[in-house]
Amino acid sequence: MNIPRNWRLQQQRYRLEGEVCEKCGARIFPARDICPECEAPAKTPLVFSGKGEVYSYTTVHTPPQGFEEFAPYILALIQLEEGPLITAQLTDVDADHVDIGMPVEMVTRKVQGGGAEGPIVYGYKFRPVLHATVHAAPHE
Amino acid sequence: MRDVAIIGTGETKVGEHWDVSLRHLALEAIQAALADAGVATVDALYVGNMLAGELAGQEHLGALVADFAGLSGVEALRVEAADASGAAALRVGYMAVAGGLADIVVVVGVEKMTDALAGEIVYGRSLATDGDYESAVGGSLTAVNALLMRRYMHEYGYAQRDFAPFAVNAHRNAVHNPQAMFRFPITPERFAAAPMVCDPINLFDSAPAADGAAAVVLAPGDAARTFSAVPVRIRASAVGTDALAVHDRHHPLLLRSAALAAQRAYEQAGVTPQDIDLFELHGSFGILAALSLEAAGFAAPGQGVRMALDGEIGLTGRIPIATMGGLKARGHPAGATGVYQVVEVVHQLRGLAGENQVPNARLGMTQSLGGSGGTAITHILERME
Repeated sequence: MNIPRNWRLQQQRYRLEGEVCEKCGARIFPARDICPECEAPAKTPLVFSGKGEVYSYTTVHTPPQGFEEFAPYILALIQLEEGPLITAQLTDVDADHVDIGMPVEMVTRKVQGGGAEGPIVYGYKFRPVLHATVHAAPHE
Repeated sequence: MRDVAIIGTGETKVGEHWDVSLRHLALEAIQAALADAGVATVDALYVGNMLAGELAGQEHLGALVADFAGLSGVEALRVEAADASGAAALRVGYMAVAGGLADIVVVVGVEKMTDALAGEIVYGRSLATDGDYESAVGGSLTAVNALLMRRYMHEYGYAQRDFAPFAVNAHRNAVHNPQAMFRFPITPERFAAAPMVCDPINLFDSAPAADGAAAVVLAPGDAARTFSAVPVRIRASAVGTDALAVHDRHHPLLLRSAALAAQRAYEQAGVTPQDIDLFELHGSFGILAALSLEAAGFAAPGQGVRMALDGEIGLTGRIPIATMGGLKARGHPAGATGVYQVVEVVHQLRGLAGENQVPNARLGMTQSLGGSGGTAITHILERME
């Protein structure tokens, strides 16, 4: 467990902070300081909405060392509404109920660690968008 | 630049070599290659390896392998590009000879994976993905390729069983390769019944981790005949790259690195895909075989799987692939695989492929991928008449 390696990713992990290119307008996640579209310097921070849809997904039955406790888990490519793709786990859903195109939203969850493995690493996962029930106001 | 030729090859059997260490696997392949070439000394040694530090507890392989191969004191370096490391080492050897910095060079790819536990191997292979944004969230190498496969099936309308011909072809060809790990045929039905690793990639759609070493000896083209009766010229040697992370690519289903490497190789050799007699591609998963066929210009986007279903990848098909078993059935000792591919093409061009001989093979191509396609390395080889 490498604490600094995780600590320095906190802006990306906890609030999906990326960048926007001032020259061509590309929205960039994760931050890389050089626009992958036009190669201009791009250092203006942009916090992504956390909304998107499933672009592809897989159920991981044979996990890498360090992820055994979560298996089987669903890994997905999410197309964020601002454009970029992101790789993340899906949570709060069974694989049978996942489809390409399904709307999802970011939540913060335990990603790895705890117990003998050291500190818990938190980060983004995505869940199906919750549809809030709208109640009519009692006194119009 | 000078012409470069391959004047000797050597390979160990691919498998689970619990009784042999990494250095002795390398030694076996190097000795066989030097004997085949009829040379005793070399100017340089380049070692392709991906995972020795992680899985075999050993870095600093250049000097170690040189010492234990009886080449102590020679220039020796390790070259790394994930599971394209073997091809990367050949690329460096090629540059050394082509540039006139060395005359006789031995290139060895070596990997020792099976001492480790399954989870450690899965973790080790995941180091080829983006460590902050793929493997950090639970992405194994198989998982990120499964994301490509599911999207491919979605966009082009294929079923999981449609990928079976890649594994069936590889296993059929491995039967006659004495160095192969899995020398038995499989049926599409057995493929379909295999357990899932990362849905939709199942066990029979995945190349096995393995131990092994393969080596080639390089020499200047104009001197090749003094060493070998049947030398093979390297007509092209090219590298292409792309983002490591699948999510960072413009079009995840187009392997840009492979397209760039193939295009550069065709230009160097002055040939087109139609001129290639066999193609040892990087079929660690059926999806990568399909995407490689497409990126190298043998099939249009979405048609790689169709080619396999139509029987065009067999030994007498339009473009034979995995002619000695490929990654799936010869086995995939990560950093050694790129050199195995080249050794197998040399066998084909020399007419030494036995039951698996591709008729009239004159031009063969290899393409090695690192990870899910961050690196692609392409070589085109030609039988010297």
